[in-house]
Amino acid sequence: MRSTRGTIADRWPEQPAGADADADADADAVVVTEHLTKRYGSRVVVDDLSLRIPRGQVYGFLGPNGAGKTTTLRMLVGLVRPTSGTATVLGRPAGSSATEVGALIEGPGFYPYLSGRDNLRVLSRYAGAPADRVERVLGTVDLLERADDRFSTWSLGMKQRLGVAAALLKDPALVVLDEPTNGLDPAGITEMRQLLRTLTGQGRTVLLSSHLLGEVQQVCDRVAVVSGGRLVVESDVGDLLGLASLVVEAEPLAEALAVVTQLLGPDRVTVVDGALRLEAGAGDTARVNRALVLAGVDVTGLRRQARTLEEVFLQVTEPGPAGVAPPAPPPEHPRRRRLRPGAGR
Amino acid sequence: MTAVAAARPAGPLPGMVSAELTKLLRRPATWVLLGLWPSLQLVFSTVIPYSSYRRGSAYEGSSPEALLAQVLPDRLVENALSGLPLFGGALLLTLGALLAGSEYGWRTLGTLLTQGPRRRSVLTAQLLALLVVLAGTVVVSLLVTAVASRAIAGIESAPVAWPSAARLTAGFGGGLLIALTWGVLGMLLGTALRGTALPVGLGLVWVLAVENLVVNVAAPLLGFFDAAQAALPGVNAGSLVAALAGPGATLRTPGVAATVGGTQAALVLGGFLVAAVALTGLLLVRRDVS
Repeated sequence: MRSTRGTIADRWPEQPAGADADADADADAVVVTEHLTKRYGSRVVVDDLSLRIPRGQVYGFLGPNGAGKTTTLRMLVGLVRPTSGTATVLGRPAGSSATEVGALIEGPGFYPYLSGRDNLRVLSRYAGAPADRVERVLGTVDLLERADDRFSTWSLGMKQRLGVAAALLKDPALVVLDEPTNGLDPAGITEMRQLLRTLTGQGRTVLLSSHLLGEVQQVCDRVAVVSGGRLVVESDVGDLLGLASLVVEAEPLAEALAVVTQLLGPDRVTVVDGALRLEAGAGDTARVNRALVLAGVDVTGLRRQARTLEEVFLQVTEPGPAGVAPPAPPPEHPRRRRLRPGAGR
Repeated sequence: MTAVAAARPAGPLPGMVSAELTKLLRRPATWVLLGLWPSLQLVFSTVIPYSSYRRGSAYEGSSPEALLAQVLPDRLVENALSGLPLFGGALLLTLGALLAGSEYGWRTLGTLLTQGPRRRSVLTAQLLALLVVLAGTVVVSLLVTAVASRAIAGIESAPVAWPSAARLTAGFGGGLLIALTWGVLGMLLGTALRGTALPVGLGLVWVLAVENLVVNVAAPLLGFFDAAQAALPGVNAGSLVAALAGPGATLRTPGVAATVGGTQAALVLGGFLVAAVALTGLLLVRRDVS
């Protein structure tokens, strides 16, 4: 549903970028999709998705259930054919560079009657990976001790780790991980976070889809959020979290709302839990306070509140009356965000 | 743009075949299905007729002496293969359906493909592994039957006249053709239906019920079915076994009957095999893997 306040792109237009800058970005991009679309019958699962995933980063791919994340990942590794648009991975059409892409998509799929080690041996023969690679990746995910047990006897967390090990078999330049922390205990999640950092430290790029937004916030350099198959926002994590909100508690609230709306504009003001939430920079705090006091409004609380990725996620994926605008781009980095025309539709 | 490096190749085909053999041979269901066929074959083609002979009873008009003659070494080929058109076929079709369908049920096809092989290479490796395993099973059936018939000949002081090398070779080739056709038809069903339960159920109903109904109920009544039965895989498998048994053989196993000639049967089965491989390949290559 289109918000009455317009799309995110309307409110936050893409910064103009020269052709040279785009070419440079493409040259450094591990994954480039252009208008990637997948339809099943009349149902559009992925809709005109254009992405550029930079080399050497942990790139988060977020979205609510059914947003088209897994279908997009499947298209990138060649399991699903796009209806239209293109996807280029490591400079080649998606699917044709599969030997340099390791992937764990929608949970680990292994032969239940084989041991973990034998499962990886089978896969290594398909991958053309050297035999010692199996032991190495088992060690990487800390599964050497249970490697000879049948896969069907393993816990979900162990299965998940084996999925990550399989993704690393080919020593890939790009690692695609769809919900890799599913079933992992807190220690396992921490280890996974460290592993992701290690992978990028080795020069690999990691494309990570996860529902654990706290984890994504900690580990990702850049994120894309999709909803209804469309790209809603793509940004560096730091930029996406942007400026802290200014929370104002005042009496009477309606009068306070009128004052700050006039001061900042309607797009930057929402009412949340009986307080005003303003998208305002640190320099705006005193200005807002002064305006309210001069208008005769009693200001009972005034504080800055940092945004979390979860808040941003909910805001950009659930547009409507309760939604709020994403943070304004930091003026010192006007071109670091990449928003698509029509995003949020 | 930066220079595009050449894609690293996926594993070589022998490695993939080795992987498929590992998958097949480590799977308990494979041993159950492949063990059942030679076992049932031995029981119904050799053990029961010989037991009947030992008890001095006749069977379907055959005298005890005729029963003994049917289990001696010179009848090795038909005694080792006569179950293939019916229960052997059902078991091998089930194996093929499990081989292909499980990849969808366990979501291992996606895991395999993300390792980089071409889809055609995966299918080729699976077919070659199936070929190896089925060839081994046909040999086992021939060997088990040979050992049993030689033992019977020894016990009964009967003459030991083995089939010629040419007949044995033809028997092996024909048996393998039938076995592979059933197995690949199972793979086609497993791939088309992307699972195991429905393909196995449909396959069993077809082999054990539908073909029987067409041959024994519909064909005697209606000319269309009488002509159409010549195109059924089970009927052609039975005809090929009948041809391999030779003109003087007593054909008593259900499903074994010389409805069509041996050459025609082999060609029809070959056609089924090629068509099933082509269709399976088409489905595997063209469809999305989710």
